[in-house]
Amino acid sequence: MSRQRETSSNKITDDELNALILRLQTLLPQLDQSRHGRVSAAKVLNEICSYIRRLQNEVDGLSGRLSQRLDSMDLTGFDAEIVRDLLQQ
Amino acid sequence: MNNPHHLNPTSLKSRFTTRFLRALTKIRAQKPISSSSPTEIFRRYRRIKVAADKSMAYSVRSRRIWSRAMLWKLRSRSYRRQDPCSGRRSGKTNQAIMKKSSNENTTTRREDGVGFVEEADELRQLVPGGETMNLCNLLDETAHYIKCLTTQVQLFSPIGKG
Repeated sequence: MSRQRETSSNKITDDELNALILRLQTLLPQLDQSRHGRVSAAKVLNEICSYIRRLQNEVDGLSGRLSQRLDSMDLTGFDAEIVRDLLQQ
Repeated sequence: MNNPHHLNPTSLKSRFTTRFLRALTKIRAQKPISSSSPTEIFRRYRRIKVAADKSMAYSVRSRRIWSRAMLWKLRSRSYRRQDPCSGRRSGKTNQAIMKKSSNENTTTRREDGVGFVEEADELRQLVPGGETMNLCNLLDETAHYIKCLTTQVQLFSPIGKG
Protein backbone atom coordinates (compact mmCIF):
# COMPACT_ATOMS: atom_id res chain seq x y z
CA MET A 1 0.00 0.00 0.00
CA SER A 2 1.47 3.32 -0.92
CA ARG A 3 1.35 6.32 1.33
CA GLN A 4 2.37 9.86 0.75
CA ARG A 5 5.03 11.24 2.98
CA GLU A 6 3.25 14.55 3.14
CA THR A 7 -0.30 15.64 2.54
CA SER A 8 0.39 17.95 -0.39
CA SER A 9 -0.34 16.34 -3.73
CA ASN A 10 2.96 17.56 -5.08
CA LYS A 11 5.05 15.24 -2.95
CA ILE A 12 6.47 12.03 -4.27
CA THR A 13 4.99 8.76 -3.05
CA ASP A 14 6.90 5.75 -1.80
CA ASP A 15 5.79 3.76 -4.80
CA GLU A 16 7.01 6.39 -7.24
CA LEU A 17 10.33 6.53 -5.48
CA ASN A 18 10.69 2.76 -5.51
CA ALA A 19 9.78 2.62 -9.19
CA LEU A 20 12.43 5.18 -10.07
CA ILE A 21 15.09 3.38 -8.04
CA LEU A 22 14.07 0.05 -9.54
CA ARG A 23 14.37 1.46 -13.05
CA LEU A 24 17.92 2.57 -12.25
CA GLN A 25 18.67 -0.86 -10.87
CA THR A 26 17.75 -2.44 -14.21
CA LEU A 27 20.45 -0.35 -15.85
CA LEU A 28 23.07 -2.04 -13.73
CA PRO A 29 23.93 -5.54 -14.89
CA GLN A 30 25.89 -6.19 -11.70
CA LEU A 31 22.74 -5.73 -9.63
CA ASP A 32 20.65 -8.01 -11.79
CA GLN A 33 17.40 -8.56 -9.93
CA SER A 34 17.14 -12.28 -10.57
CA ARG A 35 20.26 -12.80 -8.49
CA HIS A 36 20.17 -9.94 -6.03
CA GLY A 37 16.46 -9.32 -5.56
CA ARG A 38 15.81 -6.25 -3.54
CA VAL A 39 18.77 -3.93 -3.14
CA SER A 40 18.85 -0.83 -0.98
CA ALA A 41 18.33 2.47 -2.73
CA ALA A 42 21.60 3.73 -1.34
CA LYS A 43 23.46 0.85 -2.95
CA VAL A 44 21.71 1.37 -6.27
CA LEU A 45 22.62 5.06 -6.29
CA ASN A 46 26.16 4.23 -5.28
CA GLU A 47 26.56 1.83 -8.17
CA ILE A 48 24.88 4.31 -10.50
CA CYS A 49 27.43 6.96 -9.58
CA SER A 50 30.30 4.57 -10.24
CA TYR A 51 28.71 3.59 -13.51
CA ILE A 52 28.35 7.20 -14.67
CA ARG A 53 31.95 7.96 -13.73
CA ARG A 54 33.11 4.92 -15.62
CA LEU A 55 31.18 5.91 -18.74
CA GLN A 56 32.45 9.48 -18.60
CA ASN A 57 36.02 8.26 -18.21
CA GLU A 58 35.54 5.85 -21.06
CA VAL A 59 34.46 8.65 -23.41
CA ASP A 60 37.45 10.63 -22.20
CA GLY A 61 39.87 7.82 -22.98
CA LEU A 62 38.28 7.11 -26.34
CA SER A 63 38.51 10.79 -27.27
CA GLY A 64 42.20 10.66 -26.48
CA ARG A 65 42.75 7.59 -28.61
CA LEU A 66 40.77 9.05 -31.46
CA SER A 67 42.79 12.27 -31.32
CA GLN A 68 45.92 10.31 -32.05
CA ARG A 69 44.45 8.26 -34.84
CA LEU A 70 42.12 10.71 -36.51
CA ASP A 71 44.44 11.45 -39.41
CA SER A 72 44.87 7.86 -40.34
CA MET A 73 41.25 6.87 -40.01
CA ASP A 74 38.91 6.37 -42.88
CA LEU A 75 35.91 8.46 -41.88
CA THR A 76 33.72 7.57 -44.83
CA GLY A 77 32.98 4.17 -43.40
CA PHE A 78 32.79 5.57 -39.89
CA ASP A 79 29.11 6.31 -39.77
CA ALA A 80 28.17 3.05 -41.43
CA GLU A 81 30.05 1.16 -38.75
CA ILE A 82 28.56 3.18 -35.93
CA VAL A 83 25.08 2.66 -37.27
CA ARG A 84 25.65 -1.05 -37.65
CA ASP A 85 26.98 -1.30 -34.09
CA LEU A 86 24.12 0.73 -32.72
CA LEU A 87 21.60 -1.45 -34.51
CA GLN A 88 23.12 -4.54 -32.97
CA GLN A 89 22.54 -3.24 -29.45
CA MET B 1 23.83 13.05 -46.56
CA ASN B 2 23.24 9.40 -47.19
CA ASN B 3 21.65 7.20 -44.59
CA PRO B 4 21.65 3.80 -46.20
CA HIS B 5 20.68 1.79 -43.13
CA HIS B 6 17.26 1.11 -41.72
CA LEU B 7 17.80 3.48 -38.85
CA ASN B 8 15.10 6.09 -38.57
CA PRO B 9 16.82 9.26 -39.86
CA THR B 10 15.15 11.40 -37.24
CA SER B 11 15.89 9.10 -34.32
CA LEU B 12 18.11 10.29 -31.54
CA LYS B 13 20.91 7.84 -32.25
CA SER B 14 20.89 8.74 -35.90
CA ARG B 15 21.08 12.48 -35.19
CA PHE B 16 23.75 11.86 -32.62
CA THR B 17 25.88 9.90 -35.08
CA THR B 18 25.49 12.35 -37.95
CA ARG B 19 26.46 15.34 -35.84
CA PHE B 20 29.46 13.63 -34.35
CA LEU B 21 30.73 12.50 -37.72
CA ARG B 22 30.34 15.99 -39.14
CA ALA B 23 32.28 17.44 -36.22
CA LEU B 24 35.08 14.88 -36.60
CA THR B 25 35.44 15.68 -40.27
CA LYS B 26 35.77 19.36 -39.42
CA ILE B 27 38.30 18.72 -36.68
CA ARG B 28 40.41 16.62 -38.98
CA ALA B 29 40.32 19.28 -41.69
CA GLN B 30 41.42 21.99 -39.31
CA LYS B 31 45.03 20.97 -38.92
CA PRO B 32 47.80 19.80 -41.22
CA ILE B 33 48.64 16.10 -41.34
CA SER B 34 51.96 16.65 -39.61
CA SER B 35 50.38 17.75 -36.37
CA SER B 36 51.76 15.19 -33.99
CA SER B 37 53.10 17.48 -31.28
CA PRO B 38 51.69 16.65 -27.84
CA THR B 39 50.05 20.07 -27.68
CA GLU B 40 48.28 19.53 -30.96
CA ILE B 41 47.11 16.09 -29.97
CA PHE B 42 45.85 17.42 -26.66
CA ARG B 43 43.97 20.22 -28.38
CA ARG B 44 42.45 17.74 -30.73
CA TYR B 45 41.44 15.48 -27.84
CA ARG B 46 39.65 18.43 -26.20
CA ARG B 47 37.84 19.25 -29.42
CA ILE B 48 36.75 15.68 -29.91
CA LYS B 49 35.48 15.47 -26.35
CA VAL B 50 33.48 18.68 -26.79
CA ALA B 51 32.18 17.41 -30.12
CA ALA B 52 30.95 14.22 -28.47
CA ASP B 53 29.18 16.19 -25.72
CA LYS B 54 27.76 18.70 -28.18
CA SER B 55 26.43 15.97 -30.45
CA MET B 56 24.79 14.34 -27.47
CA ALA B 57 23.27 17.52 -26.05
CA TYR B 58 22.07 18.87 -29.39
CA SER B 59 20.46 15.59 -30.31
CA VAL B 60 18.37 15.65 -27.15
CA ARG B 61 17.96 19.43 -27.34
CA SER B 62 15.87 21.00 -24.58
CA ARG B 63 13.71 17.99 -23.87
CA ARG B 64 15.63 17.10 -20.74
CA ILE B 65 16.90 19.11 -17.79
CA TRP B 66 20.34 17.55 -18.11
CA SER B 67 20.59 18.35 -21.82
CA ARG B 68 19.51 21.94 -21.20
CA ALA B 69 22.16 22.25 -18.53
CA MET B 70 24.79 20.75 -20.81
CA LEU B 71 23.81 23.02 -23.69
CA TRP B 72 24.06 26.04 -21.45
CA LYS B 73 27.48 24.93 -20.25
CA LEU B 74 28.69 24.39 -23.80
CA ARG B 75 27.37 27.72 -25.00
CA SER B 76 28.72 29.74 -22.12
CA ARG B 77 32.04 28.01 -22.70
CA SER B 78 32.23 29.29 -26.25
CA TYR B 79 30.95 32.72 -25.22
CA ARG B 80 33.64 32.98 -22.62
CA ARG B 81 36.32 32.29 -25.18
CA GLN B 82 35.13 35.13 -27.39
CA ASP B 83 33.98 37.59 -24.78
CA PRO B 84 35.57 37.74 -21.33
CA CYS B 85 32.70 39.79 -19.89
CA SER B 86 30.04 37.10 -20.09
CA GLY B 87 29.54 36.67 -16.36
CA ARG B 88 26.20 38.42 -16.30
CA ARG B 89 24.80 36.35 -19.11
CA SER B 90 25.80 33.08 -17.48
CA GLY B 91 24.08 33.99 -14.22
CA LYS B 92 20.84 34.83 -15.95
CA THR B 93 20.68 31.61 -17.93
CA ASN B 94 21.49 29.53 -14.88
CA GLN B 95 18.56 31.05 -13.06
CA ALA B 96 16.31 30.22 -15.99
CA ILE B 97 17.32 26.57 -15.87
CA MET B 98 16.85 26.42 -12.11
CA LYS B 99 13.45 28.02 -12.30
CA LYS B 100 12.27 25.64 -14.97
CA SER B 101 13.28 22.49 -13.15
CA SER B 102 12.13 23.50 -9.68
CA ASN B 103 8.70 24.53 -10.91
CA GLU B 104 7.97 21.03 -12.04
CA ASN B 105 7.87 19.65 -8.52
CA THR B 106 8.08 21.59 -5.30
CA THR B 107 10.04 18.95 -3.41
CA THR B 108 13.72 19.66 -3.12
CA ARG B 109 15.97 17.93 -0.63
CA ARG B 110 14.29 15.20 1.39
CA GLU B 111 15.91 14.15 4.59
CA ASP B 112 12.94 12.65 6.40
CA GLY B 113 14.15 9.07 6.65
CA VAL B 114 14.93 8.64 2.97
CA GLY B 115 18.30 7.12 3.80
CA PHE B 116 20.31 8.01 0.73
CA VAL B 117 20.84 11.73 0.89
CA GLU B 118 24.61 11.45 0.51
CA GLU B 119 24.38 9.18 -2.49
CA ALA B 120 21.80 11.50 -4.07
CA ASP B 121 24.08 14.46 -3.50
CA GLU B 122 26.93 12.62 -5.16
CA LEU B 123 24.67 11.86 -8.09
CA ARG B 124 23.78 15.52 -8.39
CA GLN B 125 27.41 16.31 -9.06
CA LEU B 126 27.59 13.81 -11.88
CA VAL B 127 24.40 14.55 -13.79
CA PRO B 128 24.46 17.90 -15.64
CA GLY B 129 22.11 20.30 -13.91
CA GLY B 130 21.73 17.88 -11.04
CA GLU B 131 22.20 20.54 -8.39
CA THR B 132 18.95 22.18 -9.44
CA MET B 133 16.85 19.02 -9.50
CA ASN B 134 14.55 17.64 -6.89
CA LEU B 135 14.89 13.94 -6.08
CA CYS B 136 12.17 12.75 -8.45
CA ASN B 137 13.62 14.63 -11.41
CA LEU B 138 17.13 13.58 -10.48
CA LEU B 139 16.30 9.88 -10.62
CA ASP B 140 14.34 10.29 -13.81
CA GLU B 141 16.98 12.38 -15.55
CA THR B 142 19.73 9.99 -14.44
CA ALA B 143 18.15 7.06 -16.27
CA HIS B 144 17.96 9.03 -19.51
CA TYR B 145 21.42 10.50 -19.09
CA ILE B 146 22.95 7.05 -18.65
CA LYS B 147 21.25 5.77 -21.78
CA CYS B 148 22.68 8.69 -23.74
CA LEU B 149 26.12 8.17 -22.23
CA THR B 150 26.17 4.55 -23.35
CA THR B 151 25.21 5.69 -26.84
CA GLN B 152 27.99 8.25 -26.69
CA VAL B 153 30.49 5.49 -25.95
CA GLN B 154 29.18 3.50 -28.90
CA LEU B 155 29.98 6.41 -31.22
CA PHE B 156 33.65 5.60 -30.80
CA SER B 157 33.32 1.90 -31.53
CA PRO B 158 34.86 2.03 -35.05
CA ILE B 159 38.16 3.06 -33.48
CA GLY B 160 38.92 -0.46 -32.45
CA LYS B 161 38.75 -1.52 -36.05
CA GLY B 162 40.39 1.56 -37.53
